[in-house]
Amino acid sequence: MSQYTVAFAGNPNTGKSTLFNLLTGLRQHTGNWAGKTVITAEGEFTHNNHTYRAVDLPGTYSLYSNSADEEAARDYIIFEEPDVTLVVLDATSLERNLNLALQVLEITGRAVICVNLIDEARRLGIDINLKAISKRLGVPVVAISARGKIGIEALLDQIERVATGAFTAQPLRISYSDEIERGIAELIPMVEQTVGSRYPARWIALRLLDGDESLLHSLKTHMGRKNITETKEVVGHGVTAYH
Amino acid sequence: MAGVVIPLSEAVNGSKLVISGIEVQGVLRRRLLDLGFVVGNAVEVLRRSPLGDPTAFRVSNTTIALRREESELIYGTLIGGGDE
Repeated sequence: MSQYTVAFAGNPNTGKSTLFNLLTGLRQHTGNWAGKTVITAEGEFTHNNHTYRAVDLPGTYSLYSNSADEEAARDYIIFEEPDVTLVVLDATSLERNLNLALQVLEITGRAVICVNLIDEARRLGIDINLKAISKRLGVPVVAISARGKIGIEALLDQIERVATGAFTAQPLRISYSDEIERGIAELIPMVEQTVGSRYPARWIALRLLDGDESLLHSLKTHMGRKNITETKEVVGHGVTAYH
Repeated sequence: MAGVVIPLSEAVNGSKLVISGIEVQGVLRRRLLDLGFVVGNAVEVLRRSPLGDPTAFRVSNTTIALRREESELIYGTLIGGGDE
């Protein structure tokens, strides 16, 4: 018997907290208003003799736009290194929701994509090719209805496969323009030297190119006293033009 | 009027546009991209508030209201709708 941590990420109003409550049996407040869920809710559930600690991250459209919610969600995925990041998507609005899924997959391949509100989507005549999405993203994709309690067992099975390492993800790697890829290649050795191999160097290099001050700040905090001014200077000199 | 590029702030109610450029910079640019204001995406002008600002837009199956400061920096090609 082992314990794993599952972080729940997703856009606001995708039924993320409904799923969280269903699995953990918690009855917490589920409506959202701005700035509400900065402190995450935690609960526990079991499946096939494994215990999971579930962490409900604040609902966000992105991990990049620098609101307190997005920073909290981003920092949790990067620094707390959950065994599985469950990305809950709204089946009726996949296009916008997949944006967050891609951002999570750039950080970690230990992810399961959960397409929620599938019953709602079917009612609207939306047909989702789960296999195709799963193939493109390189991680398991499961369709569920948290409200209708559809697909929950299948979802838990996929969470288990990723948590135990039975499934090895090959997450989609987004290729950027030559100019940006050159910048990434240049930065990666310096990032690895500074933050070590624990954090995703390619992703951090990308954030540096984007001039993401808030990530630098979090990195500094989480790395204790370690000085990363060296990396900051590189951004200042060569590559500020990529916004 | 179809085919003309105008800022979203000048599009009349009901018109549909395909986003062709976003000149907003910095954090706000990222936010707009995350909300679905991406070049190539379709936008519909839903309605304006009584005082003319902000305006509600339909993008990526979601309604989002923007102030003039932002919408005048987002450009789109008219593809239909509206009265003009």
